[in-house]
Amino acid sequence: MPPVRVLTVEGATVTFGGRRVLDGVSFSVEAGEFVGLIGANGAGKTTLFRVVLGLLKPSAGTVRHLGRRVGYVPQKVAIEPDAPLRARDLVALGLDGERFGVRLPSRSRRERVDRMLEAVGAAAFADARVGTLSGGEQQRVLIAHALVGQPSLLVMDEPLANLDIKSGHEIVELVARLAVEQDLAVLLSAHEMNAILPHMDRVVYLAEGRAVSGTTGEVIRSDVLSELYRYPVKVLDVDGTVVVVGGHDVKVR
Amino acid sequence: MTNAWLAGSLVAVVAGVVGFFVVLRGATFAAHGVPLASFAGAAGASVVGVPAVVGLAVFSPVAAVAIGLLGRRRRSDVVTALVVAAMLGLGALFLSWTVEYASEIYALLFGEVLGVTGTEVWLSAALTGAALLAVATLYRPLLLSSVAGEVAEARGVRTARLELLFLVLMAVVTTLAVPVVGTLLMFTLMVGPPAAARAFVRSPLAAMAASVGIALVTVWLAIALAYETTWPIGFFVGIAGAAWYVLARVVAARRR
Ligand SMILES: Nc1ncnc2c1ncn2[C@@H]1O[C@H](COP(=O)(O)OP(=O)(O)OP(=O)(O)O)[C@@H](O)[C@H]1O
Ligand SMILES: [Mg+2]
Repeated sequence: MPPVRVLTVEGATVTFGGRRVLDGVSFSVEAGEFVGLIGANGAGKTTLFRVVLGLLKPSAGTVRHLGRRVGYVPQKVAIEPDAPLRARDLVALGLDGERFGVRLPSRSRRERVDRMLEAVGAAAFADARVGTLSGGEQQRVLIAHALVGQPSLLVMDEPLANLDIKSGHEIVELVARLAVEQDLAVLLSAHEMNAILPHMDRVVYLAEGRAVSGTTGEVIRSDVLSELYRYPVKVLDVDGTVVVVGGHDVKVR
Repeated sequence: MTNAWLAGSLVAVVAGVVGFFVVLRGATFAAHGVPLASFAGAAGASVVGVPAVVGLAVFSPVAAVAIGLLGRRRRSDVVTALVVAAMLGLGALFLSWTVEYASEIYALLFGEVLGVTGTEVWLSAALTGAALLAVATLYRPLLLSSVAGEVAEARGVRTARLELLFLVLMAVVTTLAVPVVGTLLMFTLMVGPPAAARAFVRSPLAAMAASVGIALVTVWLAIALAYETTWPIGFFVGIAGAAWYVLARVVAARRR
């Protein structure tokens, strides 16, 4: 059976004030794949996500989705601590938050929400107000919101930006595990790539409006990354774990 | 007197429900601005010699749509302030052309719930029904877009259109309430009870219910006290609105 392409972007072009931020970007994501999107600040990662999610219409090019819906986890949400919205309320909105009309609570809905909260490790704070949770806890709740509707593609913009090393690894492992369990494709952007390296099947990198994609082994190399960031970047093997570090002072022993 | 209780209760219910979203969306300034702007419409109505309600009904949706459309690309607080300023300027001009309606204008600012007629109660009931139906219809997308706009948009919610609809709903609610409790008090009722309710409960529906309950108690108390003391009802609603909030903060602080 040929792999299903859940997302196909062809020739996406976006211009802001005469500047081409995306210039004919093409790539695709297959079912069950874990794809990392990398690129320097201002390279157009968030812009590309907005195109993929249909929030921004490209001046040229097409975006095709196959399969069920798309789940989206923004980098962060600004919810005040006082807002009367529990973690479980936000996850329940993931079931059908876009629909009009009244929906009576039901046992099966409640169970789906509970199971999802459990799966992301958010059961302990299910009844807390979302606004009072820490960045990492909110991240889990947002992931549950995105996944409870059983999407075929999960899009995450810099999910690791506010997380400490442990939380970052836990979130990535969680998503990688759920991706396998739910046959989910994952597309996420990250500056700090060490946490995602062990799980990433493919890398799409953005530079000067163009996208190049390759396997992790092809892209995560000192010469390729140094060229991409125009800055010395080294890919090292530390006790069997591949790590990426940057800076003029990095010496390889 | 029965009319006052009925009209006051209807206003409290609708202010509690719509106010929940006003506070959640951080739209309190617009909630303040739309009634103020529509007050200019009432002044204008007295100039041309039509009932004040007609002026309100025309001006409040216009103000709401102006705030909604202009605020899309610019800072919405600045846009709200400028729309209100322009409308108030217009209102001042209209006022200068009328002399004999001073008491009617006063009633529009502070309401005359004790003088509500049976017809006005029926009108209030119809508008309350419509407003509640609208909130029930928009409930989920409105809730999601209030707390996580981009997530809602990525799910296909037309957030800009929803924002406009919500502002118009607020305008309709204002039209309903201003002849009863006045422009200034409507604002108090749409902000005080919902803001206080959040300290007591955690879920959206519970907060909405608590907000309605607090608004009802406020209005009932104010009507009873105004009747006993002959002081203006506005005094009691205004003070109670702020007092609930202080009480709520104390409760929240002690819980921590
Ligand atoms: N609405 C907009 N109007 C004008 N320019 C924009 C707009 N949105 C983005 N840009 C520009 O497009 C470029 C790409 O922005 P984008 O946010 O996509 O970058 P990014 O790769 O996500 O960066 P970062 O790593 O810092 O998050 C930037 O130069 C930015 O200034
Ligand atoms: Mg970005």
